[in-house]
Amino acid sequence: MQGVAPCRVFDQKRNRTLAEIVAGLCTSHVPLLGRVIDGGRTDEPYWQPIFKGYEPVKKWLAEVKPDVMIVIYNDHANGFSFKYTPTFAIGCADEFNPADEGAGARHVPVVPGHARLAWHITESLVLDQFDMTIMNEMDVDHGLTVPLSLVCGQPEVWPCKVIPICVNVIQYPQPTAARCYALGKAIRKAVKSFDEDLKVVIVGTGGMSHQIHGARSGLINQEFDNAFLDKLTTSPAELAQISHAEYVREVGAEGAEIIMWLTMRGALDDEVDVLHRFYHVPAMNTAVGNIVMQNAKSQKITA
Amino acid sequence: MTKPADAFDDIPGTVLFDGEKLRQGYQLNKFLSSLVEADNRKTFKSNQAEYLTKFTMSEQQRDAVLKRDWPGMLELGGNIFCMTKLAILDGTPFQQVNAIMSGMSMKEYEDMMNAGGRPMQGIRSKKESNIG
Repeated sequence: MQGVAPCRVFDQKRNRTLAEIVAGLCTSHVPLLGRVIDGGRTDEPYWQPIFKGYEPVKKWLAEVKPDVMIVIYNDHANGFSFKYTPTFAIGCADEFNPADEGAGARHVPVVPGHARLAWHITESLVLDQFDMTIMNEMDVDHGLTVPLSLVCGQPEVWPCKVIPICVNVIQYPQPTAARCYALGKAIRKAVKSFDEDLKVVIVGTGGMSHQIHGARSGLINQEFDNAFLDKLTTSPAELAQISHAEYVREVGAEGAEIIMWLTMRGALDDEVDVLHRFYHVPAMNTAVGNIVMQNAKSQKITA
Repeated sequence: MTKPADAFDDIPGTVLFDGEKLRQGYQLNKFLSSLVEADNRKTFKSNQAEYLTKFTMSEQQRDAVLKRDWPGMLELGGNIFCMTKLAILDGTPFQQVNAIMSGMSMKEYEDMMNAGGRPMQGIRSKKESNIG
């Protein structure tokens, strides 16, 4: 994949004074992939095909050079215990520490926040009827740090600021797919009204099909996953109408977290161009996928 | 009235972690989640049974933890993400936990995953399934 940062065109057309979501990507957040990266084992034959599928994303992101990434992820009883379960939480702090998930925290950089934009988004979302939980201290687990590693590699500091948005997908009742999609649209509106010239990339995480408990452990549904990638591009509103029970049935109780990809999609235009798409089975218990897209009206990039 | 949650009842081999499960497994999960702190891991490792007395869980839940009865913990309200903490502490690969939960040997489970995962045929609905 080659090309230039999609928003350079915007820069030429007008004096940008507002922030803008210029592109989006989605990726699985399999914890084991983080351990493989941290352990320097990405070249092993089992893992190499997976990391190869991330090379174009890394290259693309390095060219785009976003100022901020908004990352939609879920916590896995690490940063939050079951003492409280916010449906949607937004990280409004200056930084977020990687969480200890049982074996000590990952040795990755502290995640830098963008408090001013996060507070602006919070205000806009709440006025838009999304009653966010405001997080002023929050450890972030593999749901957020593995995607960062997959798309940014192993830098000494993360290359941009990050606004974590944590969605409860592990405790029933989860928000609906439709609500996650609508959240994306509200985030887009929020970012557009921020009075600073910031290039923002939105990231959806989780999935693809997997179940890691009970007698259905190990399920993989390649047909559904691939159809999901198709429809995420062409008809996301259709995916937003699928019930939680149907997601659980088709992609597993844990794979149902894929609804977070719809938040990314909601933040982009209806018409998008797909710059990269990757799907691989298996990464131990999980189907792994990623997709990169930008608004069709943006400057074309050859994939 | 049909609760939306009823829609899940037809899905075999799957636990819906709902409010009932949360309440049933609250202390068990509180224990499991405590293992995200290094000091707690050390204390638990030095005397497992004694550490468990800090949590007001049932005898059955306590036994399931001490015996590493993974399907038992799940049945008794254990949340799968909380259970990963105990597996990590023991150095038990999670595929092994998944193999046990689905009544397979580790080898069978690994082979299944390497061949593309558990096929969807027969596991969508209890009407077409024998895995409960």
